[in-house]
Amino acid sequence: MYQPEFEAMAREELNDLQLQRLQALLKRVYENVPLYRDKFDAAGVSPDITSLEDLSKFPFTVKDDMRSAYPYGMFAVPLKDIVRVHSSSGTTGQITVVGYTKGDIERWSDLMARTLACAGAGPEDIVQVTYGYGLFTGGLGVHYGSERLGATTIPISGGNTKRQVQVMKDFGTTILACTPSYALLIAETALEMGIDLHDLPLKAGIFGAEPWSENMRLQVEEIMGCKAIDIYGLSEIMGPGVASECSEQHGLHVNEDHFLVEIIDPETLQPVPDGESGEVVFTTLTKEGIPVIRYRTRDISRIIPGECPCGRGFRRMERVTGRSDDMLIIRGVNVFPSQIEQVLAGIPGVAPHYQVILDKRGSMDTVEVNVEVAPDMSFDEIRELEALQNRVRGEIQSALAVSIAVKLVEPKSIERSQGKAVRVIDKRS
Amino acid sequence: MIDQLSVFIENKAGRLAELTRTLSGAQVNMRALILADTAEFGVVRIICDRPHEAKRALEAEGFGVSLTQVIAVQVPDTPGGLADVLEVFGAEGINVEYAYCFVEPGSAYAVDIFKVDDERAISVLRDAGLTVIAAEQLYAKD
Repeated sequence: MYQPEFEAMAREELNDLQLQRLQALLKRVYENVPLYRDKFDAAGVSPDITSLEDLSKFPFTVKDDMRSAYPYGMFAVPLKDIVRVHSSSGTTGQITVVGYTKGDIERWSDLMARTLACAGAGPEDIVQVTYGYGLFTGGLGVHYGSERLGATTIPISGGNTKRQVQVMKDFGTTILACTPSYALLIAETALEMGIDLHDLPLKAGIFGAEPWSENMRLQVEEIMGCKAIDIYGLSEIMGPGVASECSEQHGLHVNEDHFLVEIIDPETLQPVPDGESGEVVFTTLTKEGIPVIRYRTRDISRIIPGECPCGRGFRRMERVTGRSDDMLIIRGVNVFPSQIEQVLAGIPGVAPHYQVILDKRGSMDTVEVNVEVAPDMSFDEIRELEALQNRVRGEIQSALAVSIAVKLVEPKSIERSQGKAVRVIDKRS
Repeated sequence: MIDQLSVFIENKAGRLAELTRTLSGAQVNMRALILADTAEFGVVRIICDRPHEAKRALEAEGFGVSLTQVIAVQVPDTPGGLADVLEVFGAEGINVEYAYCFVEPGSAYAVDIFKVDDERAISVLRDAGLTVIAAEQLYAKD
Protein backbone atom coordinates (compact mmCIF):
# COMPACT_ATOMS: atom_id res chain seq x y z
CA MET A 1 0.00 0.00 0.00
CA TYR A 2 1.42 3.36 -1.00
CA GLN A 3 -0.61 5.47 1.44
CA PRO A 4 -1.98 3.07 4.08
CA GLU A 5 -3.01 6.00 6.30
CA PHE A 6 -5.74 6.71 3.73
CA GLU A 7 -6.17 3.43 1.88
CA ALA A 8 -6.80 1.44 5.07
CA MET A 9 -8.68 4.21 6.90
CA ALA A 10 -11.59 3.19 9.14
CA ARG A 11 -14.94 3.85 7.46
CA GLU A 12 -16.12 6.34 10.08
CA GLU A 13 -12.94 8.36 9.87
CA LEU A 14 -13.17 8.26 6.07
CA ASN A 15 -16.78 9.51 6.14
CA ASP A 16 -15.76 12.43 8.35
CA LEU A 17 -12.97 13.33 5.95
CA GLN A 18 -15.30 13.03 2.96
CA LEU A 19 -17.95 15.25 4.56
CA GLN A 20 -15.41 17.88 5.51
CA ARG A 21 -14.02 17.90 1.97
CA LEU A 22 -17.47 17.87 0.38
CA GLN A 23 -18.63 20.85 2.43
CA ALA A 24 -15.59 22.87 1.39
CA LEU A 25 -15.98 21.75 -2.24
CA LEU A 26 -19.62 22.76 -2.58
CA LYS A 27 -18.88 26.22 -1.19
CA ARG A 28 -15.88 26.58 -3.47
CA VAL A 29 -17.73 25.70 -6.68
CA TYR A 30 -20.77 27.81 -5.71
CA GLU A 31 -18.54 30.83 -5.30
CA ASN A 32 -16.20 30.29 -8.23
CA VAL A 33 -18.07 28.50 -11.03
CA PRO A 34 -21.13 30.31 -12.42
CA LEU A 35 -22.44 27.09 -13.97
CA TYR A 36 -22.68 25.43 -10.56
CA ARG A 37 -24.13 28.51 -8.91
CA ASP A 38 -26.89 28.60 -11.55
CA LYS A 39 -27.52 24.87 -11.30
CA PHE A 40 -27.67 24.86 -7.50
CA ASP A 41 -29.96 27.88 -7.46
CA ALA A 42 -32.24 26.37 -10.09
CA ALA A 43 -32.47 23.15 -8.07
CA GLY A 44 -33.06 25.09 -4.86
CA VAL A 45 -30.14 23.51 -3.01
CA SER A 46 -27.74 25.27 -0.72
CA PRO A 47 -24.03 24.45 -0.58
CA ASP A 48 -24.34 24.25 3.23
CA ILE A 49 -24.82 20.56 3.89
CA THR A 50 -24.69 18.53 7.07
CA SER A 51 -24.38 14.94 5.84
CA LEU A 52 -22.99 13.01 2.87
CA GLU A 53 -26.54 11.90 2.00
CA ASP A 54 -27.40 15.52 1.18
CA LEU A 55 -25.34 15.17 -2.00
CA SER A 56 -28.14 13.19 -3.64
CA LYS A 57 -30.24 16.39 -3.79
CA PHE A 58 -27.68 18.11 -5.98
CA PRO A 59 -28.02 18.26 -9.77
CA PHE A 60 -25.90 16.07 -12.02
CA THR A 61 -23.12 17.26 -14.28
CA VAL A 62 -23.08 15.75 -17.77
CA LYS A 63 -20.67 15.71 -20.67
CA ASP A 64 -22.69 18.43 -22.43
CA ASP A 65 -22.11 20.81 -19.51
CA MET A 66 -18.39 20.40 -20.06
CA ARG A 67 -18.75 20.80 -23.82
CA SER A 68 -20.71 24.02 -23.54
CA ALA A 69 -18.16 25.36 -21.04
CA TYR A 70 -15.41 24.76 -23.64
CA PRO A 71 -12.63 25.57 -23.15
CA TYR A 72 -12.23 27.03 -19.64
CA GLY A 73 -15.79 27.76 -18.45
CA MET A 74 -15.80 25.22 -15.64
CA PHE A 75 -12.41 26.05 -14.18
CA ALA A 76 -12.69 27.05 -10.51
CA VAL A 77 -9.38 28.90 -10.32
CA PRO A 78 -7.80 31.63 -12.47
CA LEU A 79 -5.73 30.34 -15.40
CA LYS A 80 -2.53 31.54 -13.75
CA ASP A 81 -3.02 28.77 -11.17
CA ILE A 82 -3.50 26.10 -13.84
CA VAL A 83 -0.23 24.36 -14.65
CA ARG A 84 -1.47 21.80 -17.16
CA VAL A 85 -4.45 21.01 -19.37
CA HIS A 86 -5.59 17.71 -20.84
CA SER A 87 -8.55 16.94 -22.99
CA SER A 88 -10.90 14.09 -23.75
CA SER A 89 -10.56 12.30 -27.06
CA GLY A 90 -13.70 13.85 -28.50
CA THR A 91 -14.65 10.68 -30.39
CA THR A 92 -18.33 11.36 -29.77
CA GLY A 93 -18.39 15.13 -30.26
CA GLN A 94 -16.53 18.29 -29.38
CA ILE A 95 -13.51 17.78 -27.13
CA THR A 96 -13.60 18.90 -23.53
CA VAL A 97 -10.75 20.55 -21.66
CA VAL A 98 -9.70 19.84 -18.09
CA GLY A 99 -7.18 21.87 -16.08
CA TYR A 100 -4.90 20.91 -13.20
CA THR A 101 -3.33 23.07 -10.51
CA LYS A 102 0.05 22.23 -9.02
CA GLY A 103 -1.80 20.61 -6.12
CA ASP A 104 -3.97 18.57 -8.52
CA ILE A 105 -0.87 17.17 -10.23
CA GLU A 106 0.59 16.34 -6.79
CA ARG A 107 -2.52 14.44 -5.73
CA TRP A 108 -2.88 12.74 -9.13
CA SER A 109 0.72 11.53 -8.87
CA ASP A 110 -0.03 10.06 -5.44
CA LEU A 111 -3.20 8.37 -6.69
CA MET A 112 -1.40 6.85 -9.68
CA ALA A 113 1.40 5.70 -7.36
CA ARG A 114 -1.32 3.99 -5.30
CA THR A 115 -2.65 2.38 -8.49
CA LEU A 116 0.75 1.03 -9.44
CA ALA A 117 1.39 -0.20 -5.89
CA CYS A 118 -2.07 -1.81 -6.00
CA ALA A 119 -0.85 -3.81 -9.02
CA GLY A 120 2.17 -4.95 -7.00
CA ALA A 121 4.70 -2.37 -8.25
CA GLY A 122 7.40 -0.72 -6.15
CA PRO A 123 10.57 1.40 -6.57
CA GLU A 124 12.48 -1.61 -7.95
CA ASP A 125 10.11 -1.96 -10.91
CA ILE A 126 10.53 -0.86 -14.52
CA VAL A 127 7.34 0.67 -15.85
CA GLN A 128 6.79 0.90 -19.61
CA VAL A 129 4.21 3.61 -20.24
CA THR A 130 2.61 2.68 -23.54
CA TYR A 131 -0.43 4.91 -23.09
CA GLY A 132 -0.29 7.90 -25.42
CA TYR A 133 1.47 11.02 -24.14
CA GLY A 134 -0.18 14.29 -25.00
CA LEU A 135 -3.65 15.65 -24.45
CA PHE A 136 -4.84 12.15 -23.47
CA THR A 137 -4.46 11.71 -19.71
CA GLY A 138 -3.18 8.11 -19.90
CA GLY A 139 0.50 8.63 -20.69
CA LEU A 140 1.40 11.52 -18.38
CA GLY A 141 -0.94 10.25 -15.67
CA VAL A 142 0.83 6.90 -15.38
CA HIS A 143 4.21 8.58 -15.91
CA TYR A 144 3.92 10.90 -12.91
CA GLY A 145 2.60 8.08 -10.72
CA SER A 146 5.45 5.81 -11.69
CA GLU A 147 8.03 8.50 -10.91
CA ARG A 148 6.26 9.30 -7.64
CA LEU A 149 6.49 5.64 -6.67
CA GLY A 150 10.20 5.74 -7.47
CA ALA A 151 9.97 3.15 -10.23
CA THR A 152 12.11 3.34 -13.35
CA THR A 153 9.85 4.94 -15.92
CA ILE A 154 10.05 4.33 -19.68
CA PRO A 155 8.07 7.12 -21.42
CA ILE A 156 7.73 5.25 -24.73
CA SER A 157 4.12 6.34 -25.45
CA GLY A 158 1.94 4.37 -27.92
CA GLY A 159 2.69 3.01 -31.37
CA ASN A 160 5.58 1.25 -33.10
CA THR A 161 4.67 -2.13 -31.70
CA LYS A 162 7.89 -3.92 -32.66
CA ARG A 163 9.88 -1.32 -30.76
CA GLN A 164 7.55 -1.80 -27.76
CA VAL A 165 8.43 -5.51 -27.73
CA GLN A 166 12.14 -4.84 -28.22
CA VAL A 167 12.15 -2.33 -25.35
CA MET A 168 10.25 -4.74 -23.10
CA LYS A 169 12.93 -7.31 -23.75
CA ASP A 170 16.04 -5.11 -23.70
CA PHE A 171 15.05 -2.79 -20.82
CA GLY A 172 13.62 -5.60 -18.69
CA THR A 173 10.15 -4.09 -18.31
CA THR A 174 8.29 -5.48 -15.29
CA ILE A 175 5.09 -3.41 -15.52
CA LEU A 176 3.36 -2.61 -18.82
CA ALA A 177 0.71 0.12 -19.01
CA CYS A 178 -1.58 0.22 -22.08
CA THR A 179 -5.08 -0.58 -23.30
CA PRO A 180 -6.04 -4.29 -23.15
CA SER A 181 -6.54 -4.45 -26.92
CA TYR A 182 -3.06 -3.02 -27.48
CA ALA A 183 -1.66 -5.58 -25.01
CA LEU A 184 -3.00 -8.31 -27.32
CA LEU A 185 -1.36 -6.68 -30.34
CA ILE A 186 1.94 -6.47 -28.46
CA ALA A 187 1.64 -10.17 -27.60
CA GLU A 188 0.91 -11.10 -31.25
CA THR A 189 3.81 -8.99 -32.43
CA ALA A 190 6.18 -10.59 -29.90
CA LEU A 191 5.13 -14.00 -31.22
CA GLU A 192 5.88 -12.91 -34.80
CA MET A 193 9.28 -11.64 -33.66
CA GLY A 194 10.01 -15.01 -32.06
CA ILE A 195 10.02 -13.53 -28.54
CA ASP A 196 8.24 -15.50 -25.84
CA LEU A 197 6.83 -13.00 -23.34
CA HIS A 198 6.92 -15.72 -20.67
CA ASP A 199 10.73 -15.55 -20.78
CA LEU A 200 10.68 -11.81 -19.96
CA PRO A 201 10.59 -10.38 -16.40
CA LEU A 202 7.11 -8.87 -16.96
CA LYS A 203 5.11 -9.08 -13.67
CA ALA A 204 1.90 -7.23 -14.37
CA GLY A 205 0.09 -5.13 -16.90
CA ILE A 206 -2.12 -2.23 -15.86
CA PHE A 207 -4.73 -2.13 -18.54
CA GLY A 208 -7.55 0.37 -18.88
CA ALA A 209 -9.22 3.09 -20.97
CA GLU A 210 -11.64 0.65 -22.60
CA PRO A 211 -14.11 -1.97 -21.35
CA TRP A 212 -12.85 -5.54 -21.41
CA SER A 213 -14.13 -8.86 -20.18
CA GLU A 214 -12.98 -11.44 -17.63
CA ASN A 215 -12.37 -13.96 -20.42
CA MET A 216 -10.15 -11.47 -22.20
CA ARG A 217 -8.22 -11.00 -18.95
CA LEU A 218 -7.55 -14.73 -18.74
CA GLN A 219 -6.41 -14.74 -22.34
CA VAL A 220 -4.08 -11.76 -21.86
CA GLU A 221 -2.62 -13.34 -18.72
CA GLU A 222 -1.99 -16.62 -20.48
CA ILE A 223 -0.42 -15.12 -23.59
CA MET A 224 1.67 -12.53 -21.70
CA GLY A 225 2.55 -14.61 -18.65
CA CYS A 226 1.75 -11.77 -16.23
CA LYS A 227 -1.05 -10.50 -14.04
CA ALA A 228 -3.52 -8.31 -15.92
CA ILE A 229 -4.79 -5.56 -13.61
CA ASP A 230 -7.82 -3.47 -14.54
CA ILE A 231 -7.51 0.25 -13.88
CA TYR A 232 -10.15 2.93 -14.26
CA GLY A 233 -10.23 6.63 -14.78
CA LEU A 234 -11.60 9.35 -16.98
CA SER A 235 -10.27 12.76 -17.86
CA GLU A 236 -13.40 14.58 -16.64
CA ILE A 237 -12.73 13.28 -13.13
CA MET A 238 -8.92 13.22 -13.26
CA GLY A 239 -7.58 10.56 -15.62
CA PRO A 240 -6.23 7.14 -14.66
CA GLY A 241 -6.03 6.60 -10.90
CA VAL A 242 -9.69 7.00 -9.98
CA ALA A 243 -10.06 3.29 -9.19
CA SER A 244 -7.85 0.25 -9.50
CA GLU A 245 -7.79 -3.46 -8.91
CA CYS A 246 -5.51 -4.93 -6.27
CA SER A 247 -3.83 -8.32 -6.54
CA GLU A 248 -7.15 -9.96 -5.54
CA GLN A 249 -8.43 -8.94 -9.01
CA HIS A 250 -11.96 -8.76 -7.70
CA GLY A 251 -13.25 -5.26 -8.27
CA LEU A 252 -11.54 -1.87 -8.45
CA HIS A 253 -10.93 0.06 -5.22
CA VAL A 254 -12.25 3.59 -5.66
CA ASN A 255 -9.96 6.20 -4.09
CA GLU A 256 -12.80 7.32 -1.85
CA ASP A 257 -10.80 9.92 0.04
CA HIS A 258 -10.66 11.91 -3.23
CA PHE A 259 -13.75 10.76 -5.12
CA LEU A 260 -17.29 10.09 -3.94
CA VAL A 261 -18.85 7.30 -5.96
CA GLU A 262 -22.56 6.77 -6.45
CA ILE A 263 -24.38 4.23 -8.58
CA ILE A 264 -27.66 5.52 -9.98
CA ASP A 265 -30.53 4.01 -11.89
CA PRO A 266 -30.12 5.69 -15.32
CA GLU A 267 -33.92 5.84 -15.76
CA THR A 268 -35.07 7.21 -12.39
CA LEU A 269 -31.68 8.88 -11.64
CA GLN A 270 -32.03 7.71 -8.02
CA PRO A 271 -29.05 6.17 -6.21
CA VAL A 272 -29.25 2.36 -5.91
CA PRO A 273 -27.90 0.33 -2.94
CA ASP A 274 -24.47 -1.34 -3.01
CA GLY A 275 -24.58 -4.52 -5.08
CA GLU A 276 -27.04 -3.21 -7.68
CA SER A 277 -25.93 -2.25 -11.19
CA GLY A 278 -26.36 1.19 -12.64
CA GLU A 279 -24.54 4.20 -13.99
CA VAL A 280 -21.43 5.33 -12.12
CA VAL A 281 -21.47 8.92 -10.84
CA PHE A 282 -18.44 10.65 -9.34
CA THR A 283 -17.89 13.78 -7.30
CA THR A 284 -14.31 15.01 -6.99
CA LEU A 285 -13.52 15.95 -3.37
CA THR A 286 -10.11 17.56 -3.71
CA LYS A 287 -9.76 18.77 -7.31
CA GLU A 288 -8.95 22.47 -7.51
CA GLY A 289 -8.67 23.19 -11.23
CA ILE A 290 -11.92 21.67 -12.36
CA PRO A 291 -13.94 20.19 -9.52
CA VAL A 292 -16.92 18.16 -10.70
CA ILE A 293 -20.16 17.55 -8.85
CA ARG A 294 -22.07 14.31 -9.53
CA TYR A 295 -20.60 13.65 -12.97
CA ARG A 296 -22.57 11.04 -14.94
CA THR A 297 -19.89 8.83 -16.50
CA ARG A 298 -22.26 6.68 -18.64
CA ASP A 299 -20.20 3.71 -17.43
CA ILE A 300 -22.21 0.76 -16.15
CA SER A 301 -20.98 -0.96 -12.99
CA ARG A 302 -21.94 -1.76 -9.40
CA ILE A 303 -20.38 -1.60 -5.95
CA ILE A 304 -19.24 -5.01 -4.75
CA PRO A 305 -20.51 -5.38 -1.18
CA GLY A 306 -18.15 -6.62 1.52
CA GLU A 307 -14.53 -6.16 2.45
CA CYS A 308 -11.48 -6.99 0.37
CA PRO A 309 -8.87 -9.34 1.88
CA CYS A 310 -6.11 -6.94 0.72
CA GLY A 311 -6.81 -4.66 3.68
CA ARG A 312 -7.80 -1.58 1.70
CA GLY A 313 -10.93 -0.03 3.13
CA PHE A 314 -12.10 1.62 -0.08
CA ARG A 315 -15.20 0.10 -1.65
CA ARG A 316 -14.75 -1.75 -4.92
CA MET A 317 -16.58 -1.13 -8.17
CA GLU A 318 -17.00 -4.05 -10.52
CA ARG A 319 -15.13 -3.90 -13.82
CA VAL A 320 -17.03 -1.64 -16.22
CA THR A 321 -18.97 -3.91 -18.55
CA GLY A 322 -19.96 -1.19 -20.97
CA ARG A 323 -20.88 2.43 -21.43
CA SER A 324 -24.43 3.49 -21.88
CA ASP A 325 -22.93 5.53 -24.79
CA ASP A 326 -21.54 2.36 -26.39
CA MET A 327 -24.80 0.57 -25.94
CA LEU A 328 -26.27 -0.43 -29.26
CA ILE A 329 -29.98 -0.68 -29.71
CA ILE A 330 -30.58 -3.46 -32.22
CA ARG A 331 -34.19 -4.15 -33.07
CA GLY A 332 -35.07 -2.66 -29.71
CA VAL A 333 -32.67 -4.84 -27.72
CA ASN A 334 -29.85 -3.23 -25.71
CA VAL A 335 -26.50 -4.72 -26.63
CA PHE A 336 -22.98 -3.96 -25.38
CA PRO A 337 -20.07 -4.85 -27.70
CA SER A 338 -18.19 -6.18 -24.66
CA GLN A 339 -20.74 -9.02 -24.46
CA ILE A 340 -19.50 -10.20 -27.86
CA GLU A 341 -15.90 -10.09 -26.74
CA GLN A 342 -16.77 -12.11 -23.64
CA VAL A 343 -18.28 -14.84 -25.84
CA LEU A 344 -15.40 -14.91 -28.33
CA ALA A 345 -12.74 -15.16 -25.66
CA GLY A 346 -14.39 -18.40 -24.51
CA ILE A 347 -14.37 -20.14 -27.91
CA PRO A 348 -11.21 -21.90 -29.09
CA GLY A 349 -10.40 -21.38 -32.75
CA VAL A 350 -11.28 -17.69 -32.91
CA ALA A 351 -9.31 -14.61 -31.85
CA PRO A 352 -10.92 -11.98 -29.59
CA HIS A 353 -10.75 -9.50 -32.47
CA TYR A 354 -14.09 -8.63 -33.94
CA GLN A 355 -16.01 -5.92 -35.66
CA VAL A 356 -19.75 -5.38 -35.55
CA ILE A 357 -21.30 -4.01 -38.71
CA LEU A 358 -24.78 -2.59 -38.30
CA ASP A 359 -26.89 -1.91 -41.35
CA LYS A 360 -30.49 -1.79 -42.46
CA ARG A 361 -32.39 -4.00 -44.87
CA GLY A 362 -35.65 -2.12 -45.42
CA SER A 363 -36.68 -1.11 -41.91
CA MET A 364 -34.93 -4.09 -40.34
CA ASP A 365 -31.60 -3.69 -38.53
CA THR A 366 -29.02 -6.22 -39.67
CA VAL A 367 -26.00 -7.19 -37.62
CA GLU A 368 -22.96 -8.86 -39.03
CA VAL A 369 -20.13 -9.78 -36.69
CA ASN A 370 -16.78 -10.31 -38.38
CA VAL A 371 -14.65 -12.65 -36.32
CA GLU A 372 -11.04 -13.56 -36.94
CA VAL A 373 -10.11 -17.22 -37.03
CA ALA A 374 -7.16 -18.01 -34.76
CA PRO A 375 -3.91 -18.41 -36.74
CA ASP A 376 -3.22 -21.84 -35.19
CA MET A 377 -6.62 -23.26 -36.13
CA SER A 378 -6.80 -26.26 -38.48
CA PHE A 379 -7.96 -24.82 -41.79
CA ASP A 380 -8.36 -28.03 -43.76
CA GLU A 381 -11.95 -28.99 -43.17
CA ILE A 382 -14.79 -26.84 -44.42
CA ARG A 383 -17.27 -28.51 -42.12
CA GLU A 384 -15.16 -27.76 -39.04
CA LEU A 385 -14.94 -24.12 -40.09
CA GLU A 386 -18.68 -24.06 -40.68
CA ALA A 387 -19.26 -25.69 -37.30
CA LEU A 388 -17.07 -22.97 -35.73
CA GLN A 389 -19.03 -20.28 -37.54
CA ASN A 390 -22.31 -21.78 -36.31
CA ARG A 391 -21.05 -22.06 -32.75
CA VAL A 392 -19.93 -18.44 -32.71
CA ARG A 393 -23.26 -17.34 -34.12
CA GLY A 394 -25.22 -19.47 -31.66
CA GLU A 395 -23.30 -18.30 -28.60
CA ILE A 396 -23.41 -14.62 -29.54
CA GLN A 397 -27.11 -14.86 -30.30
CA SER A 398 -27.91 -16.44 -26.98
CA ALA A 399 -25.77 -13.88 -25.13
CA LEU A 400 -27.36 -10.90 -26.89
CA ALA A 401 -30.85 -12.25 -27.55
CA VAL A 402 -30.63 -10.82 -31.06
CA SER A 403 -30.23 -12.78 -34.27
CA ILE A 404 -27.05 -11.98 -36.13
CA ALA A 405 -24.86 -13.17 -38.99
CA VAL A 406 -21.28 -14.23 -38.37
CA LYS A 407 -18.53 -14.03 -40.93
CA LEU A 408 -15.20 -15.71 -40.30
CA VAL A 409 -12.38 -13.53 -41.57
CA GLU A 410 -8.68 -14.18 -42.04
CA PRO A 411 -6.23 -13.93 -39.14
CA LYS A 412 -5.07 -10.36 -38.42
CA SER A 413 -7.36 -8.90 -41.08
CA ILE A 414 -9.26 -6.69 -38.64
CA GLU A 415 -7.38 -3.47 -38.17
CA ARG A 416 -5.52 -3.29 -34.84
CA SER A 417 -5.80 -0.19 -32.77
CA GLN A 418 -2.90 1.26 -30.82
CA GLY A 419 -5.29 2.99 -28.45
CA LYS A 420 -8.98 2.41 -27.97
CA ALA A 421 -10.29 -0.25 -30.35
CA VAL A 422 -13.00 0.57 -32.92
CA ARG A 423 -15.46 -2.30 -32.58
CA VAL A 424 -18.61 -0.99 -34.17
CA ILE A 425 -19.33 0.32 -37.65
CA ASP A 426 -22.85 1.69 -37.80
CA LYS A 427 -24.09 2.18 -41.35
CA ARG A 428 -27.74 2.58 -40.35
CA SER A 429 -28.06 6.37 -40.39
CA MET B 1 2.41 -39.10 -46.15
CA ILE B 2 2.31 -35.88 -48.13
CA ASP B 3 2.27 -32.38 -46.60
CA GLN B 4 -0.56 -30.45 -48.15
CA LEU B 5 -1.12 -26.74 -47.47
CA SER B 6 -4.66 -25.84 -46.39
CA VAL B 7 -5.24 -22.10 -46.63
CA PHE B 8 -8.28 -20.21 -45.32
CA ILE B 9 -9.31 -17.33 -47.57
CA GLU B 10 -12.22 -14.97 -47.52
CA ASN B 11 -14.26 -14.76 -50.70
CA LYS B 12 -13.04 -11.46 -52.03
CA ALA B 13 -11.73 -10.48 -55.41
CA GLY B 14 -7.99 -10.83 -55.85
CA ARG B 15 -7.31 -12.85 -52.71
CA LEU B 16 -6.44 -16.06 -54.58
CA ALA B 17 -4.14 -14.03 -56.82
CA GLU B 18 -2.40 -12.63 -53.73
CA LEU B 19 -2.00 -16.14 -52.38
CA THR B 20 -0.38 -17.53 -55.52
CA ARG B 21 1.78 -14.41 -55.96
CA THR B 22 3.05 -14.84 -52.41
CA LEU B 23 4.04 -18.41 -53.25
CA SER B 24 5.80 -17.32 -56.40
CA GLY B 25 7.63 -14.64 -54.39
CA ALA B 26 8.94 -17.42 -52.15
CA GLN B 27 10.03 -19.38 -55.24
CA VAL B 28 7.56 -22.13 -54.40
CA ASN B 29 6.41 -24.29 -57.31
CA MET B 30 2.98 -25.90 -57.14
CA ARG B 31 1.99 -29.38 -58.24
CA ALA B 32 -1.73 -29.06 -57.64
CA LEU B 33 -4.24 -26.54 -56.32
CA ILE B 34 -7.89 -27.08 -55.56
CA LEU B 35 -10.36 -24.55 -54.12
CA ALA B 36 -13.30 -25.65 -52.00
CA ASP B 37 -15.68 -22.82 -51.26
CA THR B 38 -18.74 -21.86 -49.28
CA ALA B 39 -20.77 -18.65 -49.58
CA GLU B 40 -18.35 -16.68 -47.41
CA PHE B 41 -14.97 -18.32 -47.36
CA GLY B 42 -12.90 -20.90 -49.12
CA VAL B 43 -10.23 -23.44 -48.29
CA VAL B 44 -7.43 -23.72 -50.84
CA ARG B 45 -5.53 -27.02 -50.81
CA ILE B 46 -2.12 -27.02 -52.41
CA ILE B 47 0.60 -29.58 -53.09
CA CYS B 48 3.87 -27.71 -53.63
CA ASP B 49 7.62 -27.71 -53.18
CA ARG B 50 9.02 -26.78 -49.73
CA PRO B 51 5.63 -26.77 -47.95
CA HIS B 52 7.04 -25.50 -44.61
CA GLU B 53 8.66 -22.51 -46.30
CA ALA B 54 5.43 -21.94 -48.24
CA LYS B 55 3.46 -21.93 -44.97
CA ARG B 56 5.84 -19.39 -43.41
CA ALA B 57 5.64 -17.12 -46.46
CA LEU B 58 1.84 -17.21 -46.48
CA GLU B 59 1.54 -16.61 -42.73
CA ALA B 60 3.82 -13.61 -43.04
CA GLU B 61 1.25 -12.18 -45.48
CA GLY B 62 -1.58 -12.78 -43.03
CA PHE B 63 -3.04 -16.00 -44.41
CA GLY B 64 -4.37 -18.70 -42.09
CA VAL B 65 -2.46 -21.82 -43.07
CA SER B 66 -2.18 -25.35 -41.76
CA LEU B 67 -0.29 -28.38 -43.03
CA THR B 68 -2.46 -31.44 -43.58
CA GLN B 69 -1.27 -34.99 -44.01
CA VAL B 70 -2.70 -36.62 -47.11
CA ILE B 71 -1.95 -39.81 -49.06
CA ALA B 72 -0.75 -39.83 -52.67
CA VAL B 73 -1.27 -42.91 -54.85
CA GLN B 74 0.18 -43.34 -58.31
CA VAL B 75 -2.23 -45.07 -60.68
CA PRO B 76 -2.09 -45.85 -64.42
CA ASP B 77 -3.69 -43.08 -66.46
CA THR B 78 -6.33 -45.47 -67.80
CA PRO B 79 -10.06 -45.98 -67.17
CA GLY B 80 -10.64 -47.45 -63.70
CA GLY B 81 -7.40 -46.16 -62.19
CA LEU B 82 -9.16 -44.19 -59.45
CA ALA B 83 -11.98 -46.68 -58.98
CA ASP B 84 -9.46 -49.42 -58.11
CA VAL B 85 -8.15 -47.37 -55.20
CA LEU B 86 -11.57 -46.33 -53.93
CA GLU B 87 -12.79 -49.92 -53.99
CA VAL B 88 -9.90 -50.92 -51.71
CA PHE B 89 -10.92 -48.19 -49.23
CA GLY B 90 -14.57 -49.19 -49.59
CA ALA B 91 -13.91 -52.85 -48.93
CA GLU B 92 -12.05 -51.96 -45.72
CA GLY B 93 -14.69 -49.51 -44.54
CA ILE B 94 -12.29 -46.55 -44.81
CA ASN B 95 -14.07 -43.28 -45.37
CA VAL B 96 -12.57 -40.73 -47.77
CA GLU B 97 -13.05 -37.15 -46.59
CA TYR B 98 -11.97 -35.64 -49.88
CA ALA B 99 -9.94 -36.55 -52.93
CA TYR B 100 -8.53 -34.95 -56.06
CA CYS B 101 -6.31 -36.06 -58.90
CA PHE B 102 -3.76 -34.63 -61.27
CA VAL B 103 -1.86 -35.85 -64.30
CA GLU B 104 1.55 -34.68 -65.40
CA PRO B 105 1.41 -34.11 -69.20
CA GLY B 106 3.23 -36.86 -71.08
CA SER B 107 3.17 -39.19 -68.11
CA ALA B 108 1.46 -42.58 -68.23
CA TYR B 109 0.40 -42.15 -64.60
CA ALA B 110 -2.01 -40.06 -62.62
CA VAL B 111 -1.58 -39.03 -58.95
CA ASP B 112 -4.63 -39.40 -56.71
CA ILE B 113 -4.63 -37.46 -53.42
CA PHE B 114 -6.78 -38.69 -50.52
CA LYS B 115 -7.60 -37.28 -47.11
CA VAL B 116 -8.67 -40.18 -44.90
CA ASP B 117 -8.88 -40.41 -41.15
CA ASP B 118 -7.76 -44.01 -40.66
CA GLU B 119 -4.32 -45.25 -39.63
CA ARG B 120 -4.68 -48.41 -41.69
CA ALA B 121 -5.01 -46.57 -45.00
CA ILE B 122 -1.44 -46.83 -46.28
CA SER B 123 -0.90 -50.48 -45.34
CA VAL B 124 -4.25 -51.43 -46.84
CA LEU B 125 -3.27 -49.80 -50.13
CA ARG B 126 0.15 -51.46 -50.16
CA ASP B 127 -1.36 -54.85 -49.35
CA ALA B 128 -3.61 -54.39 -52.38
CA GLY B 129 -0.50 -53.87 -54.55
CA LEU B 130 -1.09 -50.15 -55.10
CA THR B 131 1.77 -47.62 -55.36
CA VAL B 132 1.71 -45.18 -52.44
CA ILE B 133 4.23 -42.46 -53.24
CA ALA B 134 6.57 -40.73 -50.83
CA ALA B 135 6.78 -36.96 -50.46
CA GLU B 136 10.17 -36.65 -52.18
CA GLN B 137 8.76 -38.24 -55.32
CA LEU B 138 6.21 -35.47 -55.56
CA TYR B 139 7.92 -32.29 -54.37
CA ALA B 140 11.12 -30.85 -52.91
CA LYS B 141 10.95 -31.37 -49.13
CA ASP B 142 12.13 -28.86 -46.56
